[in-house]
Amino acid sequence: MLNLKRQTLNLTLRHVRQLHMFEANVITSKIDKNSTEYQENFNSLKAMVNNLQLITQNVLRTDETAIKRHQSKNKLLVRDRINKLLDPNSAFLELSQLAGYELYGKEQVNSAGIVTGIGKVSGQLAMIVGNDATVKGGTYYPITVKKHLRAQEIAQENRLPCIYLVDSGGANLPRQAEVFPDKQHFGRIFFNQANMSALNIPQIAVVMGSCTAGGAYVPAMADESIIVKQQGTIFLAGPPLVKAATGEEVSAEDLGGADLHCRTSGVTDHYALDDEHALYLARQVVANLNLPATNNYNELLSLNYRNQTPMTNIEEPLYDPTELYGIVNSSLTKNFDIREVIARIVDGSRFQEFKKFYGDTLVCGFAKLYGTTIGIVGNNGVLFSESALKGAHFIQLCSQRGIPLLFLQNITGFMVGREAESQGIAKNGAKMVNAVATARVPKLTVIVGGSYGAGNYGMCGRAYSPRFLYMWPNSRISVMGGAQAAGVIAQITEDQYKRSGKEWTQEIGDKIKAPLIKQFEAESSAYYSTARLWDDGIIDPVDTRRVLGLSLAAALNAPIEETKHGVFRM
Amino acid sequence: MLSRAKLFTKLNHHAFMRSFTVKTKPEIKPINKVLIANRGEIAVRVIKTCKKLGIRTVAVFSDADAKSLHVSMADEAYHIGPALSSKSYLRGDKIIDVAHLTGAQAIHPGYGFLSESVEFSALCEKTGVIFIGPPESAIRDMGIKSTSKHIMTSAGVPCIMGYHGENQSDDFLVKEAEKIGYPLMIKAVRGGGGKGMRIANTPEEFLPQLQSARTESEKAFGDSTMLLEKYVRSPRHVEVQVFADKYGDAVYLWERDCSVQRRHQKIIEEAPAPGISEELRRKLGEAAVRAAKAVNYVGAGTVEFILDKEDLSFHFMEMNTRLQVEHPITEMITGIDLVDWQIRIASGEPLPLTQEQIIRKGHAFEARIYAEDPANNFLPGAGPLNHLTTPEPSDFVRVETGVRENDDVTVHYDPMIAKLVVWGEDRSSALNSLISRLSEYHITGLETNVNFLMDLARHEYFQKGDVHTGFINQHFDTLFPQKVIKNEILAQAALGLIINENNSALINSLREGKLNDPFAINSDFRINSTHVRTVKFFANEKEQQVSVMQIQDGYKVKVNDGEWKNVQVTKVKEEGRFTLKVNMEGVVYKYSIVITPESVTLFNESGKTELQIKQPKFLETTSGSDGSKASLSAPMPGIIDKIFVNVGDEVKPGQSVAVIIAMKMEYVLKAAVSGKVKSIAGKIGDNIGKGVTIVEIEATEE
Repeated sequence: MLNLKRQTLNLTLRHVRQLHMFEANVITSKIDKNSTEYQENFNSLKAMVNNLQLITQNVLRTDETAIKRHQSKNKLLVRDRINKLLDPNSAFLELSQLAGYELYGKEQVNSAGIVTGIGKVSGQLAMIVGNDATVKGGTYYPITVKKHLRAQEIAQENRLPCIYLVDSGGANLPRQAEVFPDKQHFGRIFFNQANMSALNIPQIAVVMGSCTAGGAYVPAMADESIIVKQQGTIFLAGPPLVKAATGEEVSAEDLGGADLHCRTSGVTDHYALDDEHALYLARQVVANLNLPATNNYNELLSLNYRNQTPMTNIEEPLYDPTELYGIVNSSLTKNFDIREVIARIVDGSRFQEFKKFYGDTLVCGFAKLYGTTIGIVGNNGVLFSESALKGAHFIQLCSQRGIPLLFLQNITGFMVGREAESQGIAKNGAKMVNAVATARVPKLTVIVGGSYGAGNYGMCGRAYSPRFLYMWPNSRISVMGGAQAAGVIAQITEDQYKRSGKEWTQEIGDKIKAPLIKQFEAESSAYYSTARLWDDGIIDPVDTRRVLGLSLAAALNAPIEETKHGVFRM
Repeated sequence: MLSRAKLFTKLNHHAFMRSFTVKTKPEIKPINKVLIANRGEIAVRVIKTCKKLGIRTVAVFSDADAKSLHVSMADEAYHIGPALSSKSYLRGDKIIDVAHLTGAQAIHPGYGFLSESVEFSALCEKTGVIFIGPPESAIRDMGIKSTSKHIMTSAGVPCIMGYHGENQSDDFLVKEAEKIGYPLMIKAVRGGGGKGMRIANTPEEFLPQLQSARTESEKAFGDSTMLLEKYVRSPRHVEVQVFADKYGDAVYLWERDCSVQRRHQKIIEEAPAPGISEELRRKLGEAAVRAAKAVNYVGAGTVEFILDKEDLSFHFMEMNTRLQVEHPITEMITGIDLVDWQIRIASGEPLPLTQEQIIRKGHAFEARIYAEDPANNFLPGAGPLNHLTTPEPSDFVRVETGVRENDDVTVHYDPMIAKLVVWGEDRSSALNSLISRLSEYHITGLETNVNFLMDLARHEYFQKGDVHTGFINQHFDTLFPQKVIKNEILAQAALGLIINENNSALINSLREGKLNDPFAINSDFRINSTHVRTVKFFANEKEQQVSVMQIQDGYKVKVNDGEWKNVQVTKVKEEGRFTLKVNMEGVVYKYSIVITPESVTLFNESGKTELQIKQPKFLETTSGSDGSKASLSAPMPGIIDKIFVNVGDEVKPGQSVAVIIAMKMEYVLKAAVSGKVKSIAGKIGDNIGKGVTIVEIEATEE
């Protein structure tokens, strides 16, 4: 940095001495790649990641006969539709790929029958929601509704225009009770559309298949809609129902096809000749949204790229992210230094730590992610009073300064026991929970290990509305560990036995414990969580930096609001 | 430009000074403002020398050239009329008016247009403007073939022997034939297209061949008058650059070989001529000087000879009384700026150097880059220069051009885009340089002959210097091989397209002020899966799909159902042109690409490959054309010459419907289907662009 040739000093350059340089400390990694522990960890987590990719591949590729039938109608598959809708080079942050995984017994509802995610369309970040007609005809299972609503929630929080690629048979009738009546059910989709439209979050529908009954409201409630000739249909009742009700015999195309809706009814605005044309029109619609920071991608084609070399000034992390496999012990019994994880996520592995020597089971500090300053809160053990106070303080700093927060969860909980209680762990933990709950800066959470008990609250679990929440395949989430829960139940039962004078044996205890341990084991897995949409997806640890970068970019699409914290119990 | 002259300056300086002192009576009329009565590259070239000499310049231009390079380079520019050259660049009166108006003392005519007009030269003299060229008399003498041959024969310049007389008796013709010598050409005076033409190789063959030619001519033309001429089996076109001053001195600046021609026009020239001894070279030069002196020549001129490839005998053909298109190769080997000399001599200065002082060094080539389609009988073209990047000019490389990127090559004038001139220590290094510089000449938007020039320059026989005027016909098969686009090229093109898309996204993010947009930096990222991007090209007459996948340290590329290949991109440069260097499974390729929404054009060391990108189906359907072949459209830009049909007429397949004239060539449009003429767009005399529909035919349902 220091230029010793002072006689040739260029006055436009700023030369600073070490003391004045804005250079955060680079994390020094202490891992030993040759240790057996590293090797074991590496092999174990790598196997988990391979398994994740295998499961994902199977989910992305739905059943072949349905695909063939779909393609024979000259229709594109939903992910191909999305790829063509996106700018050709845009990343796509797909959410909850494994939603619905092993959720309905023998019925495989791959990706919940709906693909949701964020990408760039005509230079504008947008939320894309596309029905997958090759999965149960694109009908809405309860998890489908939940995933659709989650996508809308993300869109609303981050002010992302919504593009609905509609190709759905509507609600799954046998499950209507779990789909139709409640607040967070089917009707909420249209409620959200109306309210987002009111907030100038554009709602665009592309009708590429059927939109029957309730589904008809997706294009009807949209700000602008496109329909594909001889593919898209919109009607409140389909031909069979019409015949049953009135005896009128009418084809689907005549009842609610593109010609009817573009020429006569005015339900749709743009007439597309085929899928590609519809997606092209959708791109044009987005290009004309005139939202701040939009621009027309088509300009690119005429852009004179000469004398312009794209340059970014970001630093990649100093350390290879694949080393994360060797750092994390997948059994979750051994702790690891969260700084090793941070070093493989943030720009240049630079981390300016806050209160390093106080409450050291919680690591707090500032770093940059793709050039944006973030505050990081990561676990290095169980939370004590000091750690909770430090966390609350740091979250206050970030929300005061408008700095987005990243939580790296690996937490067994707050410290228990007489000493901890007497120090007020409950009220100190509450301060941190309060700070997390009320912080209005974008919050991102990654569960890299365990997520247990109130630790989940303090570390911005799902209930604390992080903008995005991801899990690593090794991670686990439950109110407490299976063994502890089984121990609690066994203890209570033993007490009951003793009160009623029954004989208590170790065998009875084991008999009670075993199924509980098994149940906790199954229910705390990342797959169980993601299938139920408790998170936004399971990610490969190696991709953490990229996924967080994309998520942060999406979160920053909305202006940062001012935070007002609640009353802290002192 | 002309900086190679520096190499020679020291050598020639002394001589230059001396030549001033030797001459006693210089009637020097100083020239400080020159009007250039021309356009395009030659106008630009003259302006450059004028600038160097501190002479102010006046350009003239037609409607079609209002925004062209020569206009922007000149100090002043005047509009002289519509695009048609007979109403602009050939209007000597208007041009002289401009000269008077602007106070230009001299007019440089360039080549073509008024450069060899006796009337214009005379008009200049009459109105007191210096014509930078020879006197009227010399133009006149050299303009008439029979006169010039007569003068040359008297001056001892060898001419093609022949008999053109009235006496047609067998005996007399046999005697004439003996005078001329064998082989001999017997040609019908009224003949054409090879009819009534015979070759007699020996005296024994003469009479039978004469009889045969007479019979054929009588049948074809109703006349059997014959002329006899010496036959040169494999002629070479060799010309000598001469210069003469007003004091009766003349020198030669060595020769050029311009043998390789197509459509009787030169496309590649070199100096000096290959395979010629120093003695022959001197003889050619001296003959040329004699020719110039015989007509009291002044200024720059070119004496053209036919050189027999077999026996190396040479004969005077004609003298061009102007600066030639190919003059830069002479400048490259002599270090002399010919335009500089022209101006000096026109102002009355003596020749700057004597013959002994004119030094020849190295070898130079000129390749003429034309808007034309070599594969389609060199059909001239026109259109926009959507992308134009040239080799870097240097002391050894000259790019003489009158056009810039986004200019049009118009139908009104010569379709020459540029001249590429290179110099090397010897012929082979100059030729190597020519080939690699040609590979750096990147043009899209219209068809050019750059690839053909490269194939020509690489041709085994051209490399050997074994050239003659029938070169292209003789080597047609090897010059036009069937070209198959290789998979590697498809892969490179797709890769370039995708890298460019990625970089464009970054640029766009930068323009938005987002320096580090993760959505652009992590292009292609997909959670837990890999995104395969496909590009569909039309190549080798079918659809070809290239799949590209971004991986950790590079890309994987697959053509159709082939193998995935690993590619590392080692270098991407975007300044000036988009250039990539990639390592595909151990083989390194360097290439540039130009991208439009419809095509990817790839340039590498073997030239240009244009690949059409498959367009979405909806574009075809919505663009208005219904895809039927019933419409007849112009194959090239031109003027409608004839229309044979009216609306409502019935036409049959193969029936001529209209004629278009472009670049002096006729193109007949014929109906492809039977049907009824639905509409006719345009009328006779209309200027039309390439692809414009002229006649629409409603096909009859069969």
